[in-house]
Amino acid sequence: MHRLRRLYHQLEAKGLTDDQRRVIEHELALAERTGDPERVHRRGPAPRARSLYSYADPELFNQGLPSPALALSKVAAQSLDHLLQRDLQREKDGFPRKIRIGKLVKPGRDGDDKVVVIPTTVEEKLVHDRIPEEEGEGGEGQEPGEGGAGEGEEGEVIGEQPVREEQGGGSGPGQGQGGAHELESTVYDLGRVLTEQFALPNLRDKGKKRSLTRFAYDLTDKNRGFGQILDKKATLKRVLQTNIALQRVQAGTPVDTGNLMISPRDRVYRILSKEKDYESQAVVFFVRDYSGSMAGKPTELVVNQHVLIYAWLSYQYQNQVETRFILHDTEAREVENFQAYYQMQVAGGTQVASAYRLVNRIVAEEELARDYSIYVFHGTDGDDWDTYGEEALPELGKMLVYASRVGITIAENGLEGTRRSEVEKYLSKSGLLESKKELLRLDVMSKESTEARVIEGIKRLIS
Amino acid sequence: MELISQHAKRIMEGCKERARQAGLRFEDETLEYIVTNRDLVELGPKVMIPTLYDYWVQDVEVLQEQGRYELYPNNPYETVINTRPPISYYNDNNPDWLNVMIFYHVIGHIDFFQNNLFFRHTRDYDFTGRALADKRLFAKLRSEKGRWVDYVIEFARTIDNLVGYFDLLATSDAAKGECPLSLLDYYFDVFLQRGPKSGVSLYSQEIERYNRLLREFPEDGETRFLKSVTEKHAELEALHAKKVKEKKTVGRTDPLLFLMEYSPFLNREENRWMLMVLEVIRSTSLYFQPQIRTKILNEGWASYWHDTLFLGDDRIRGHEVDYALVNAKVTSMPRVGLNPYALGLRLFQYLEQQADRGRTGLAYFQTAGRHARQRFDRATGQGREYIFHIRQSHCDSMFINSFIDQDFVDLHRLFVVGKRLNKERMTWEYFVKSRKAADYKEMVADSLYHPPRVEVKVGEGNVLVLDHVFEGKPLLRDFIQGVLLGLEYLWGGEVHLFTSVPIPVKAGKEGDGQVREETPKRTIEWKRFRYTMKDRTLARTLAE
Repeated sequence: MHRLRRLYHQLEAKGLTDDQRRVIEHELALAERTGDPERVHRRGPAPRARSLYSYADPELFNQGLPSPALALSKVAAQSLDHLLQRDLQREKDGFPRKIRIGKLVKPGRDGDDKVVVIPTTVEEKLVHDRIPEEEGEGGEGQEPGEGGAGEGEEGEVIGEQPVREEQGGGSGPGQGQGGAHELESTVYDLGRVLTEQFALPNLRDKGKKRSLTRFAYDLTDKNRGFGQILDKKATLKRVLQTNIALQRVQAGTPVDTGNLMISPRDRVYRILSKEKDYESQAVVFFVRDYSGSMAGKPTELVVNQHVLIYAWLSYQYQNQVETRFILHDTEAREVENFQAYYQMQVAGGTQVASAYRLVNRIVAEEELARDYSIYVFHGTDGDDWDTYGEEALPELGKMLVYASRVGITIAENGLEGTRRSEVEKYLSKSGLLESKKELLRLDVMSKESTEARVIEGIKRLIS
Repeated sequence: MELISQHAKRIMEGCKERARQAGLRFEDETLEYIVTNRDLVELGPKVMIPTLYDYWVQDVEVLQEQGRYELYPNNPYETVINTRPPISYYNDNNPDWLNVMIFYHVIGHIDFFQNNLFFRHTRDYDFTGRALADKRLFAKLRSEKGRWVDYVIEFARTIDNLVGYFDLLATSDAAKGECPLSLLDYYFDVFLQRGPKSGVSLYSQEIERYNRLLREFPEDGETRFLKSVTEKHAELEALHAKKVKEKKTVGRTDPLLFLMEYSPFLNREENRWMLMVLEVIRSTSLYFQPQIRTKILNEGWASYWHDTLFLGDDRIRGHEVDYALVNAKVTSMPRVGLNPYALGLRLFQYLEQQADRGRTGLAYFQTAGRHARQRFDRATGQGREYIFHIRQSHCDSMFINSFIDQDFVDLHRLFVVGKRLNKERMTWEYFVKSRKAADYKEMVADSLYHPPRVEVKVGEGNVLVLDHVFEGKPLLRDFIQGVLLGLEYLWGGEVHLFTSVPIPVKAGKEGDGQVREETPKRTIEWKRFRYTMKDRTLARTLAE
C-alpha cells in the first residue's frame, strides 16, 4: 500500500490532470479496501439462493441429473458442424444467426475443472424482465427479495458476499491443475470453427518458415535399380525411352510389348527417406491488466477474447503454439496456466510499461525471437498511471522489432465516462498505429460488448 | 430404457393399494422405466416425454445465464409425466426402499394430475401417443419442406408461452351450458352500462323497477318489463340482434391462435402446412401449462404423501434413517431460497391441522382475540377432506394467496431476505428484511411463473398489433427482436408491439468515478413504447 502511495506521490509531483487523479484515487481506494483486515472476519458465507423452478425430482431423490459434459457427447463434432452449417444457411435465408460458441466449465472433484467448448443458443420469447437496477447499486427495497427460514430478528444480517468476487466458475473459462489437455483438445476445434464459420482470416504465409527438429519418413525419393516399391509408371516410361533409343519402338507402328528390352537400371523404385518437416511455430504472450478497475465485465471480455485468439492461433499453427501468461498492475508477473491468468484479481494501480518490460525480458533471455513467431495480445481497460506513455512507448517500440503482431484490446470500464483512455491516447499520439500498421493493432470496445463484438475485435486485431 | 423388474413392480403395486386406502384416486395402469444417464440426456430436452417432436435446439445447450432462469423458467423436469398411463423413471441401482419412497412421491403426482381441475384438458387423450403422431408429422413435413419446417417451429415457439391457457379452461366449462345472450341480460349487462345515459342511479332504478314488476305480476312480469323497455328504447332490439350475430374474435390473448385464424400469409394455399406446425406447438404448450402453474402445490402434495405413506408402510422397516436423509434433502426449508417441496408440504400440513380444529370457517375468522384464536378447537377432524378439496381446486397462485397467513409464517420462522450494500466493508449483506406474512406472500407470488399478457389485433394497413398489458414489469428487451422477427414472418407483414419501459429519472448527479458515498434515490417513470418490425428491421419509438 505504501508503495502505491509513494508511486502516486511521485506521479503527482510530475503533474496530473484531474481525470487522471480521480482514476488513481479510485483504484487506491479499492486497493485499500481489499487490504482491509476486517474483511477477513466475514459474518457468514454468502447465501446461495435458488429459484423456485430449479428444484426437480430427479435431482432431489439422488437420481442424479446428467452432467452437462455428458450432454455434450450427444453433440459430436460432426453434428456441431451440422449445426453451424445450419446457422450459415440461416444467414442466407435472411435470419440472424442463433448458434453461439460457449465455454462450459465442468466442475470436477478436487477443483479439477474441465473446460468444454459447446454450442449454445437461446430461445427468445416475450418474458418479463426485472426493472433494471443501476449497476453496483440496488439498495434496500428495490429487489423483490428471496425467501428464507430460520432464526434472526428483522434487520439482522445473515450472510454477506464481497462486492468484487473472486472470479472463477460460472460461465467463464477456468481449470485446475492437470486440466490443460482438456482445453487443448477442444481449443483446436474451436479455432477451426472460428476460422471457418466466422470467417476469421487465415494467417498469411510469411515465407520464412523455420525448421523444427522434427523429421518425417516417407517414400518420397526415387532410386533406379533397387528400392522398396517399384514405381510402375516411372519404370514404364524408362523402358520406353530405352527402347526408343534402341529403335525397337518406331513412331507410327504398333508397339509389341513382348519384345521390349528391359535394362536393370530401367527399374525405378521408391525408397524411404528422411524429410525435414517445415512448420512454423509461434509463441503467444497473453498480457492482462488485473488492476482493480478491471473487475467484472472488462476482465470477462478480455479473457474471452484471449481464449478465442488462442483457439484461432492453435488452429493456424496446427497446435504448435506456446503460450505465456502475464498479469500486471503496477508490477508484472508471469503465471503458470490459464486458470491463474483468468482468475487472479488484485486491486492495485496500473502501469502498462511493467508488463511490456517483462515480455521484452523473457524474449531476450530465452532468445525466442530466433525460433518463433511472436504474438503479443494485451488486454486492458486503458487506464495507465503513466499518463503519456513515457515508459510504455519505448518498451512497445522494442517489442515491435521482433513481434509478428501486437494486438491491444481496450475494454472500457466505464469509470471515466466517454473520454478516451490513456493508453488509447498515447498510442494514437505516438503515431505507431500508422507507421507500424502491419505490426500493431488496437481495438477499443465498450463494456457492454457482446460475443459477436468480441469476435469482430479479433478480426481487427489479427487481420 | 427398459421396464422395471417384476420384483420392483410387485412392490409398487403394494404401494398403490396402500395409497388407495389412504384416499388417493388414480387409474390402475402405470408404467415404470429404468433409465440410464444417457437416456436422461435424451429425455431432458424433451421434458421427459420420449416421443416429443425433434427440434435442433434440443441438441444444443440452451443458454441460461444466471438469474435468467427465474425470469424464464422451463417446464419442470419431472420423474413422472402426465400421460395415459403415467410414466415414471428410476435409476437402475436404486435400493428397494428408495424406489418405494420415490414411487409414493410419484403416486402423489399422479393423483394430482388426475384430480386437479387445472389439468382437466389433459385427461382426454394420451400425450405420448399424440406427441408421436406430431413427431411423425414433422418428420414428413421436413422431408418435403426442408429447413423451413424448423424455421416455422422456431417462430411459433417464440410465442408459445403466451397461449390462452385460461381461455381454454373457461371454454371447456362454458361449453357445457352455453346459451345465447338474452335481451334482458343485454339490457342490463351491456346497454345500460355502455349506453348514452349510463349511471349507477339509473341502473339501480331499473333493477328496482324490474323486481317490483316481478313481485306484482308473478306470471308475466318480465314480459311487461321488456315491453316497457323496448317501447322506451326503440333501437334496443336491433342492437341486441346485432350483438348476438357478431362473431367472437378468436384468440385475442392467444397470438398463436390469432395467427392461425387471421394471418393472410399462413392461410395461403401453399403455406397451409404451417398451420399444422403451429397447432402442434400450441397444443404441446397448452399441455404443459398446468404443470408449471402448480409446482408448489403439486410437489407439496407429492411430498406430503410420500412422507405419510412411507412411514406407514410396514414392508420397509429399518430404513427410517436412510429415508430421513433423503427426505430432509427434499423437504427442508433452505436458509435462503424457496423450495417448492418444503413450502408446499408445510402448507398442506398446516392446513390439515387447521381444518382438523375447524379453523377454516367464518366462526374462526370472526374470532378477533389472539388468545381465543389459539384456543379455538372445534375438533371437526376434517383435515384430510379439506386438503383433498384444495388439491382438486387450487393452483399455485390461489394456494399462496389464500393460505399464507401470519400464523404459518411464525410457525416456520419464515422471512423475506433482503440484500443491501455495506459500503464500509464493500460487501453485499443479506439480512432478514421482513417477517410479515403479507411481505412473504408477495415475495412468493412474485417468483411464480407469470408470462406477460399480450392482446392481439389487426391495426390500420393490415399491421399486426400486439399490446402488452402493463403489470408493472418491463419485457426482456434482448428477446424482442427475435420474437418480432418470427411474428413478421408468420403474419406476412409489419408487426407492432406496444409495451411499457421504465425510464430512470436521475435525482442527483452521480457517476463521477468515486466509490459512491450514498445511494442516490432512484425513481422511474413508465413510458409506453412502440416496437416496429418491418422488413426484418426493428425500430423503437415513443408511443405517447
